[in-house]
Amino acid sequence: MRAVPPLLISTVVAASGCSGNQSALDPNGAPAIHIEHLIIVIVIICTVIWLLVMGVLGLAILRRRDRPAEDPISEKRLTTVVSAAVATTVIIIAGLTIASFYTTRGIGVPEDAALTITVRGQQWWWQIFYASSGATPGFQTANEIHIPVGQDVHLKLESTDVIHSFWVPSLAGKQDLVPGRSNGLLLRAEKPGVYRGQCAEFCGLQHSHMAIMVVAEPAADYERWAAAQSGNAVIPAAPDAVAGQAIFMAKPCAACHTVRGTSASGTTGPDLTHIGSRQTIAAGLVETTRGSLAAWIADPQTLKPGNNMPMVPLTSAELQNISAYMESLK
Amino acid sequence: MTPKDNREIRDTAFDAAELERRLAATWTTPPGLLGALSTVDHKIIGRRYITTAFVFLALGGLLSLLMRLQLAQPEARFIGPDRYNQIFTTHGTNMMFLFAVPVMQAMAIYLVPLMVGTRNIAFPRLNAFSYWMYLAGGLLLWIAFVLDTGPDVGWFAYVPLAGPQYAAGKRADIWAQMITFTEVSALAVAVEIVVTVFKQRAPGMSLDRIPLFVWSMLVTSFLVILAMPAIMIASTSLILDRLVGTHFFNPAEGGDALLWQHLFWFFGHPEVYIIFLPAVGMVSTIVATFTRRPVFGYLGMVMALIATGVLAFGLWVHHMFVAGLPRLGESFFTASSMAIAVPAGLQIFCWLATMWAGKPIFKTPLLFVIGFIVIFVIGGLTGVMVASVPFDTQVHDTYFVVAHFHYVLVGGAVFPLLGAIYYWFPKLTGRMLNETTGRWVFGLIFTGFNLTFFPMHILGLRGMPRRIYTYQPEMPWSGLNMFISLSAIVLAAGFLLFFIDAIRSARAGATASANPWGATTLEWATPSPPPSYNFAKLPLVDSLEPIHDDAFLPAAIGLRVDRRELLITSVVEAAPEARESSSGDSIWPLWAALATTVALIWSIFSPWAVVWGSIPVAIALIGWFWPKDVPEDDS
Amino acid sequence: MSDRVVETLKPALVAGGVLLFICAGGLLGWLRQPRELRLDPPAAADLDQFRLMHNGISGTPPQSYFALGKPYEADAYNLSQGKRLYSWFGCPACHGDGRGGVGPSFLDGWWLYGPEMVSIVASIRDGRPHGMPAFRDKMTIEQIWQLAGYVQTIGSYTPKVAAPSRNDDKNSRPAENRGPAIIMFDEGPTGAHFDQGPSP
Repeated sequence: MRAVPPLLISTVVAASGCSGNQSALDPNGAPAIHIEHLIIVIVIICTVIWLLVMGVLGLAILRRRDRPAEDPISEKRLTTVVSAAVATTVIIIAGLTIASFYTTRGIGVPEDAALTITVRGQQWWWQIFYASSGATPGFQTANEIHIPVGQDVHLKLESTDVIHSFWVPSLAGKQDLVPGRSNGLLLRAEKPGVYRGQCAEFCGLQHSHMAIMVVAEPAADYERWAAAQSGNAVIPAAPDAVAGQAIFMAKPCAACHTVRGTSASGTTGPDLTHIGSRQTIAAGLVETTRGSLAAWIADPQTLKPGNNMPMVPLTSAELQNISAYMESLK
Repeated sequence: MTPKDNREIRDTAFDAAELERRLAATWTTPPGLLGALSTVDHKIIGRRYITTAFVFLALGGLLSLLMRLQLAQPEARFIGPDRYNQIFTTHGTNMMFLFAVPVMQAMAIYLVPLMVGTRNIAFPRLNAFSYWMYLAGGLLLWIAFVLDTGPDVGWFAYVPLAGPQYAAGKRADIWAQMITFTEVSALAVAVEIVVTVFKQRAPGMSLDRIPLFVWSMLVTSFLVILAMPAIMIASTSLILDRLVGTHFFNPAEGGDALLWQHLFWFFGHPEVYIIFLPAVGMVSTIVATFTRRPVFGYLGMVMALIATGVLAFGLWVHHMFVAGLPRLGESFFTASSMAIAVPAGLQIFCWLATMWAGKPIFKTPLLFVIGFIVIFVIGGLTGVMVASVPFDTQVHDTYFVVAHFHYVLVGGAVFPLLGAIYYWFPKLTGRMLNETTGRWVFGLIFTGFNLTFFPMHILGLRGMPRRIYTYQPEMPWSGLNMFISLSAIVLAAGFLLFFIDAIRSARAGATASANPWGATTLEWATPSPPPSYNFAKLPLVDSLEPIHDDAFLPAAIGLRVDRRELLITSVVEAAPEARESSSGDSIWPLWAALATTVALIWSIFSPWAVVWGSIPVAIALIGWFWPKDVPEDDS
Repeated sequence: MSDRVVETLKPALVAGGVLLFICAGGLLGWLRQPRELRLDPPAAADLDQFRLMHNGISGTPPQSYFALGKPYEADAYNLSQGKRLYSWFGCPACHGDGRGGVGPSFLDGWWLYGPEMVSIVASIRDGRPHGMPAFRDKMTIEQIWQLAGYVQTIGSYTPKVAAPSRNDDKNSRPAENRGPAIIMFDEGPTGAHFDQGPSP
């Protein structure tokens, strides 16, 4: 790891190491793979065109000139050549339009997706709703979506405040979350893994720190995860976590956050029922560890300036206990 | 005065020296501050406009360096998110509204009357007014920025982020009202250009003898007239939503957040061509001069200009491909967006053909044109890429798009503009820019530009979104970002050298002759810089290249010399129709602009400003249009 | 108007113009609003140290509040944050959109404990008799000041320039920046709560 000037980068942020891949050139989902093929085709065609034009430009300005410039035959030939070039342009453009059209048809939202998840954009985190299915009741989580591998997942995209854009480039192209509308997106992972994405539509102060993790796992693992998430929070056993829970309920925390199974039922911030099981906190800002939880709770406005979590005055003991409690919420 | 009397003060009655003395007495702006503030000379206003626009370019460039400083490292803390958002918003707004559009129009203000052979632009007082409005709008934005109250909602100001609920304070209002200032001034200039080109061309300059630069400005002006009202409606609706609580963009009360995007991009996409088409004209002019032959395919070029102008209005939805519109409709816009590559391609092919057939002389302006072709073709091809819906869903709002539009706008407009400045500098100032420095400027800007912006394509494909003030260290972007930031220094050095050269040459450059490049358009047939009356005798145009041996055929028109008088000609054939008086200097346009400024800024705070603020505007207009008791025109 | 009059007026006109530009700059200067996204913990703690009269009505804010430039009354960002807190912390349940309900109205011109910031802050922080709960354990002191600034704003009879504008949802009354209290007052009385007097 490279040396980090301590003044410039908070050590907590620099120490985090959680990243799934986030690249359109590393596709692992059917839509993203279709698009990558299209990208490769178009880029190759365009590169060839550019090289040809540059070749002609180079010849035009550097060629030896023994012929008189106003030669009428040359003028007529120019007309032919330019007309041919324009005709070629038309043909290429038409071809690309058709190719694009066919790819568009391959990435539409299917009618019968195996799973439908509602993603609601908030400044600056993702609220996620899983509907009840079979024995598993519906539940809410944040900033982390789990999907079964190899199945079509239909995301319903909504927003409660401003326009956001859901973009996990390794799985699919992006789609905006527009207040007052519900958009759809097909998500599908071909192999297990963690795929990172982040908000792609400028949404205010912390647009930069609004990441989402998509965890694709085998169907059995997914079912297990969903069953665990739908349950209430674990009751803390360790003494520091027990103390942390009491502080959590007494301090402003519980006014904004929900921990299912306790009296905390605020709806302003993310649901924390199973925060300890998520890979990251604060929308992909840092990896979930006791240390990063403490750093985040102690001073959210330094790590993510302008976000809506206030800096709650806590003693260091209180802070330790609360982060222990948070970490225990697996 | 009887007709018999004024026969004696027609321009046909004097020898050359006496005529020039008398014309100068009639047309020259009086010296001093007051003269400077009341002048309506299109050359003085044009120079002022160009200078101001380049000042804004330099300021906007400084902002981009600040952004590159912040982005050079992950999680850097030089600039916080609040300030960064103001910086990129001001950078974009400034470059689009205060630099790119005004500077193109400014070149037209200066050059079009000279190129069509008339003595002043149409509606010269409106011209003065438009400059003051532009200046006021620019000051509004920059003063607000300096005071930490700059707009922070992006140059596109999407609602609801820019709407009443999420944009606290007056920052977004300042953005919206600045739009009004620059649009008023842009519309005013567009009207002047259209009228100048249609009604004030020198006798004999029929439509097929109009220089390509003038054609491009004519098409551009029509685009301005058709596109800008959309953004004025949008920004006014935004201010109404924010100030008096209307619901244009509130989905809960029947408004729609996407309505904003439609209105904005219905303007925003033609805006690109408003910036690019003048550059097409500049490139055509430079290519013709430095290959020693007319541009190949004049008719094709004019048709391509018009086709681009028409198609420009059918593309706006490609900025909204991921907003959730019906896919079938989007495919239509894919087709139209790709189709615009055809006229653009035709133009490129015509220039290549011209260079092929001609004998290129490698002076700095032509270097910039060559750089333009290299870069703009990349920008055009990436434009074809983002026109494809699936492709766009991956690169929309990423650094790929940042790279794309800088290739289009810097490559497609700033390179030709710099070439045009090198080309027309002698006509603007009477002095030449330094040729050796010019080559360095070109080299640095060309290299710096490509090193800075090409890697952004890769960053975008590798997942880096736009408008982020920082990124996390685990993302694989820091190496390229550092490289880009370092390259930006090279680019900035090029521009710095250009500014130094321009300032130094304007003071102490080599004196320019009337026609240093051996060009064939009319502006080169008058001294450098031109006298206040432009042409002692109006030219008679007999072909596309009206200059023969650095002179033109003088027309015997008989314009009066004791008052400012222009020749009005017919639209198609440019046959003389009438003599018309041209307004004298006046302080009232400045007053009208000040009164409008007060009313517009006040109206951010209170809707009553529209009522009370209109009173000073009315007074200023009464002063402006006070009858002079002279006949307007004579057939 | 003769040309001579114009001539004599010209220097005055020019000077006036320059003056106007300076005024415009001054106006914007008055607007200057740097955003404080992270209040220093000592400064935040100091905000808790205001002094209240014995009857719980009126008092003096801490000195630091003036040093900061009274940010919670005049700063658009803080007021808009206050507006968010108003709905996030359930104020509408009792006070509705400001016109009251179970709790008193903020728009009827009556301030049971006075319109000073410290009174409002104290009401939110410590609660008041007849059902106003204390929020000292639910909100940080900075949030309480933001919320108090907002509450004071909706009841103000002179609309503040910095006041928030309408929300992007169903609007039941004029937005804060239009001075809802004045408009409502002009429309006549709406259920004043005389039963909830200032005495405990």
